[in-house]
Amino acid sequence: MTYNRREFIKTGGMVMLGSLTVPSIIEAHAAEPAGKDAGITFAMNHFQVSESDLKKVLAAALEKGGDYADLFFEHTFHNQVGLQDGAVNRAASNIDYGMGIRVLSGDQTGYAYVENVNLKDMLNAARTAARIAENPGKRNIADMTEKHIANNYYKIQTPWDSISAKEKAPYLQTLNDQIFQLDKRVMKVSASLGDTTSHIFFCNSEGVTYYDYRPMVTLGAVCIMQEDGKIENSYAARAFRMGVEFLTDDIVATIAKEAVEKTAILFQAIKPKGGEMPIVMGAGGSGILLHEAIGHAFEADFNRKNISIFSDKWNKKVCNEHINVVDDGTIPFNRGSINIDDEGVEGQKTYIVREGVLTSYLHDRISAKHYGIPSTGSGRRESFRLMPIPRMRATYMEPGNVSEADIIAEVKNGIYAANFTNGQVQIGAGDFTFFVKNGFLIENGKLTQPIKDINIIGNGPKALADITMVGNNYEMDNGTWTCGKDGQSCPVTCGMPSALVSKLTVGGEN
Amino acid sequence: MINKEQKLLAQWAVEFALKNGCQAARANLYNGTNSSFEIRDMKVDRLTQASESGLSIQVFVDGRFGSYSTNRLNKQELETFIKNGIESAKFLAEDKARTLPPAELYYKGNLPDLQLLDPAYASIQPDEKVRLAMNACNEAMGKDKRIISVSASFSDNVNNRYIIDSNGFEGETASSSFGLDAGVSVKGDGDARPESYWYDSSIFFNALIKEGIGTKALERTLRKLGQKKVESGKYQMLVDNLNSSRLVSPLINAIYGAAIQQKNSFLLDKLDQQVLGQNVSITDEPHRIKSPGARYFDNEGIATRQMPVFGNGVLKTYYIDVYNANKLDCQPTVGNPSILVLNPGNKDLDALIESIDKGIFVTGFNGGNSNSSTGDFSYGIEGFLVEKGKLVQPINEMNVTGNLITLWNNLAEAGNDPRKTSSWKIPSLLFDNVDFSGL
Repeated sequence: MTYNRREFIKTGGMVMLGSLTVPSIIEAHAAEPAGKDAGITFAMNHFQVSESDLKKVLAAALEKGGDYADLFFEHTFHNQVGLQDGAVNRAASNIDYGMGIRVLSGDQTGYAYVENVNLKDMLNAARTAARIAENPGKRNIADMTEKHIANNYYKIQTPWDSISAKEKAPYLQTLNDQIFQLDKRVMKVSASLGDTTSHIFFCNSEGVTYYDYRPMVTLGAVCIMQEDGKIENSYAARAFRMGVEFLTDDIVATIAKEAVEKTAILFQAIKPKGGEMPIVMGAGGSGILLHEAIGHAFEADFNRKNISIFSDKWNKKVCNEHINVVDDGTIPFNRGSINIDDEGVEGQKTYIVREGVLTSYLHDRISAKHYGIPSTGSGRRESFRLMPIPRMRATYMEPGNVSEADIIAEVKNGIYAANFTNGQVQIGAGDFTFFVKNGFLIENGKLTQPIKDINIIGNGPKALADITMVGNNYEMDNGTWTCGKDGQSCPVTCGMPSALVSKLTVGGEN
Repeated sequence: MINKEQKLLAQWAVEFALKNGCQAARANLYNGTNSSFEIRDMKVDRLTQASESGLSIQVFVDGRFGSYSTNRLNKQELETFIKNGIESAKFLAEDKARTLPPAELYYKGNLPDLQLLDPAYASIQPDEKVRLAMNACNEAMGKDKRIISVSASFSDNVNNRYIIDSNGFEGETASSSFGLDAGVSVKGDGDARPESYWYDSSIFFNALIKEGIGTKALERTLRKLGQKKVESGKYQMLVDNLNSSRLVSPLINAIYGAAIQQKNSFLLDKLDQQVLGQNVSITDEPHRIKSPGARYFDNEGIATRQMPVFGNGVLKTYYIDVYNANKLDCQPTVGNPSILVLNPGNKDLDALIESIDKGIFVTGFNGGNSNSSTGDFSYGIEGFLVEKGKLVQPINEMNVTGNLITLWNNLAEAGNDPRKTSSWKIPSLLFDNVDFSGL
């Protein structure tokens, strides 16, 4: 119904998915029992394609003279179970199946996809994508060589298709019951458990072929409390690339406690006075600062087009020499991890800032070729319907050497930012924001009054240069962070030690 | 369109669910095609074209409910899929509030065609689409020495949907959309590369504005040059018609049945009370012919009707779907809004600017959020400082913070300029006494 306009102003952003508006949740389907340890033979059988078919499709994709083509097959099973008003009373599931064909000609891209994976439809789609190129000639299609997954960053023990809603429901029930037990002000709880299993099969005109089995699980709860006629709500969740072994009593207890604490504190919280002031970013979710202030602007598609505020900063000093920032696809079971990216490049750990110098952008195949360097394995896509583009994975700052208390002690009047819901950035202008769900005032070097619901805005290069202290208390935030760019969503995470940014603009009342 | 074979498949899915133990079921079958042609610096950068289809089914079995969707439309696979869904639902707790709507609320047909589909859709050739995007790009290309990059795109889509349920509802919709947009990046102060954009969209290809998109994008970018933040304080706030719906969304989110039932709404228990300023009237007008968002029935088949949402500041309705109506023991309205129309005023944007003594004209929001329980909000903004009726300084890197109830009690004036392209008709809006944070 609505016009799906391309994200025109170059913004990116991330959000903690907490609405839990899921229609419901459900169970395991026809996910084939094989998979998690399988290879391309399994995958070709699964998608009912032969090497000869694939070569025909790749040849059709390059018949107008493209330089490169790839085929991305996906079969995804998503199940969700939900609790509301004290009962596990909703189930939902979705199956998505199809393949996308991409043709590159220089830095130009042709793309088409089909849901019916048969030779005729694939050839038609390939010829549509082929039209991006205009210099016909015979292109060579290399023989398929399987790229085996050397390090599986999400090797699971028990696949999600081995259990049903029956086994999942008690965890939601316990989560609900614990939240109610923890605080008598709790009025409503809704909770949701979602699992996703994707079979990914990829091959390209250079012969690179792989199969990847990608699991994901999220468990979260919205807590609504009432005190003296006032109502507040907050959300806590965890997300990992794990199997059923994710479900433990410990994880349920952790989420329950966090949901209650994050909601309860809001009753004491005020909106601070607004304006420019120093901000202490608490450890963990403060990684949203990196994601918004620099991460998106380091994505190399913006830089090769010269439209990022960091376009001229490669190999230049951008901040304090004690600062190291990493974008990492190799953390075991992390929501942002990726064994092989969506264009056939191994998952990697990439230093984007090392000792204060911008050492690497985040590259996909197109930008790597543009800069004449290897890809950082950052080419990711939401699904077979969309082309890969440079994306973040797990973005974090390495720890420094001061305690958080010493950082707070430095601040006479400022804000301590503890929990976040979402952020956004304008890639070219560099203006970025993040929304602080709760935190504290800092007065004379001490945390005092709780605060809530304020937006903080700054400018990427300035904010990075204004990071003056980095704590020794690094934490990864394993919430349900989802990054949006160009209309595509990707799972990511972020992490941070406590850090002092000497000046940002805080939203508040005057 | 949805062909006979696909309709039969949806009907079969409902019957199959009933035969396998369900007391009720609803199936929703969709298909669509889309294409986009993106130009960067007068070269085709990306082209995409595809079609897709899928089926979702909601099952009501022994007082339990499940919702399942797939794009695998092979009957044999669907049998397994539906059976598994039914089995899964049986593991859930009973939830008596899960029912199909009462049949008397269904849309019964017989109203005139809403005309949301361009019959010429399939006849627009790819070369023409590329030409239009090239033209939009060319309008800005090379027109200013500070330009770094110009991009433009043409995109279109057609979406068809067919719903059938076991309680007698059957409905079908079809809509098309064409869009043309352009974006320009320029060299700004220091390393900054400000960017802005412009676009038009339309249900009908012939009605799409095809000239001036690139020119306007360039103009909107250049006027941003020299942005800086200004002093914190209370200002009048004018929000343009591209962004004003951002301030309406949280009001609507607060009146959904799910928010009310979960008591997670700052408009809880406020029906028929004066909550916004007396000059705020918002009406849902679902039956506007040839208007994006028009529809005769909602996702559950319930007939839509013209209804006041806020009348002179008084909350007149919640948006309550069948599930939440059952839970709240009230009548369903419709599940969500169609075409929201905020009562326009008399002035155009220029006249509104002229009326401001000291204010901030917001031309873009940058992040931020609001608290659904309290109505408190805080958003990043960019725009212009306005003094004595003139734009005197482009601004950025500031926040606007407040409470939605207070804000909407401080509406000074609405403009006369809602965008035709959007389904919500919200004009430019001028508010008094708003907190901005900057220097």
